[in-house]
Amino acid sequence: MTVENRAATAEGIAAYLKDRARWSPLEIAFWIFVFATIWLFPGKYLIMKDTAVLALFALSLDLILGYAGIISLGQAAFFGLAGYFSGLVAKYGLIIEPVSALICSGVVAAALGFVTSFLVLRGSDLTRLMVTLGVSLMLGEVANRYSDLTGGADGLQGVDMAPILGLFRFDLYGHNGYVYCLIVLFVCFVIARRIVYSPFGLSLRSLKGNSLRAAAIGIPVKWRLVAIYTVAAGFAGIAGALLTQTTAFCSLDVFSLDRSADLLLVLIIGGTGYLYGGLVGAVIYKFLQDWIATLTPQYWQFWIGLVLVVIVLIGRERVETRIATLRVALSRFATRLMPRTAALGGAAPDGH
Amino acid sequence: MLTILFDGVAYGMLLFVLACGLSVTLGLMNFINLAHGSFAMAGGYCTVIVVNRLGVPFALGLLIAFMVSALLGGLLERTLYVHVYARPHLDQVLFTIGLVFMSVASIDYVMGSSQQFVQIPEALQGQIDVFGVGMGKYRLLIIVVCGLLTIALQLMLTKTRFGSRLRAAVDDQRVARGLGINVGAVFGVTFAFGSGLAGLGGALGAEILGLDPTFPLKYMIYFLIVVTVGGTSSITGPFLASILLGIGDVAGKYYVPKLGAFVIYAIMIVVLIWRPQGLFARSTAR
Repeated sequence: MTVENRAATAEGIAAYLKDRARWSPLEIAFWIFVFATIWLFPGKYLIMKDTAVLALFALSLDLILGYAGIISLGQAAFFGLAGYFSGLVAKYGLIIEPVSALICSGVVAAALGFVTSFLVLRGSDLTRLMVTLGVSLMLGEVANRYSDLTGGADGLQGVDMAPILGLFRFDLYGHNGYVYCLIVLFVCFVIARRIVYSPFGLSLRSLKGNSLRAAAIGIPVKWRLVAIYTVAAGFAGIAGALLTQTTAFCSLDVFSLDRSADLLLVLIIGGTGYLYGGLVGAVIYKFLQDWIATLTPQYWQFWIGLVLVVIVLIGRERVETRIATLRVALSRFATRLMPRTAALGGAAPDGH
Repeated sequence: MLTILFDGVAYGMLLFVLACGLSVTLGLMNFINLAHGSFAMAGGYCTVIVVNRLGVPFALGLLIAFMVSALLGGLLERTLYVHVYARPHLDQVLFTIGLVFMSVASIDYVMGSSQQFVQIPEALQGQIDVFGVGMGKYRLLIIVVCGLLTIALQLMLTKTRFGSRLRAAVDDQRVARGLGINVGAVFGVTFAFGSGLAGLGGALGAEILGLDPTFPLKYMIYFLIVVTVGGTSSITGPFLASILLGIGDVAGKYYVPKLGAFVIYAIMIVVLIWRPQGLFARSTAR
């Protein structure tokens, strides 16, 4: 292969990556709608805020499950650790400003993710399940053990959150809290999107498909998995910290198995491996939960279980293909609606 | 000290009876059944109903618990589980967690969320002293029953025709099929039997483990520890693992009560890092 040839190939690849990573009109419309909810549904800030946190949490699981193929029942470990961390630093006045506390919590969770990633790399699916679950249960026991610090079974109380960036107070109606959550969600989403559309993200997909072949073409499988597990842990941590900051409370329940299992359900409802799955799933799940809870307040778990069983029996792939075809149809529809945006977008790769 | 050992052994035996069905299903079909504890809970509640409300003798209650759970297991296996065997592990996990959620909520709905107690005959209450060691009579019964069951299981696996078929199917499913063994049927029977054993364990253990609707979630991790630490290729592995786990858990809770189950989880993670295939697995990994 000559030098020019190689350069041409590299250019082609770069153009291809750029083409893949372009924001489609549908995505833009989605985000405009998401931010419009701030004005559209002013009375529903609490549930919408929970949805945003759940969406971010599901996004973190999608990174490792949908892109790297690691089944985890222990994302709650990072969620909970960062939740307690952000609560404690606020309570004892170590890091007062919420945004910096949020970032620190994410870093702490990512550090735990980095350390535990080496455990997850070993063994079969079952071993992974057990190790991830074991880590989160262990953290739960530790939080219970040091109850004078964490409040034990009563939860961490007396957390007083300072205004965001020193400007915006967490108000009683949850307006500022919701806007804060949305902005964090959007920023994290953009970062995640950047990651999965990069060559690094492509290599993750390849090793999910066949890690042996991926290794054969020179992808360092182990380090890629460590890296994505760490990043996902950081995102899960940010979600946990968001929950603590916006509710000014944190309880042992953040480490529970239910939380990790629900998270899997969220992601399955929305579909894995295209980033929006977690977001869409979180919205559907929260509405479902809210609706069922008003019907049968005590036994909503039954219906959640039924949904899981039915989804698997119908066939997860079939559900996901449905969603995928719907997505394609929708984006075609959106392109037709916004011909100018599409034309602009279409012209871009030729120009470069 | 010896009392702790004794309690630990009783606890471990109980865990073995509860979990051995799971280890066989996992080893045979490579199927992750997180809903195993639901069958144990079914057995426990069944005993509560027939013994406390209908006044059936305790021993017969245990038998009924076994039968009902086995029937339930067999029924679910034929109708629902068969569709999920060939699916990826993620699907199996989702499916069985869904079943767990459903069983928890249903029991809560039918029986209420409070803890249930089985009325144990008076002859089994109290303690007896053997060589100066205080032993609860009930725990002694558990050890005897579970010990006999273990021996019976071992004999069944090694001496009977069904046992050799089962072992062949676990070792290499495809070759076993090729030899004309109906692996599906073997699996169905084993699944039902394993569920029955879990139900028996749940009935026996209601006194020690406690019985409330969250039982399957609370003990799921214990069953899985037994199976992952013990390996799935024999029943001696899970047996030793359950005894170790039982003693470890009882001793841990006695000596460092504030740490709770932390010790157990830590041990499990260390073992899994050290030997991902399980502590007692045969070295010929496939």
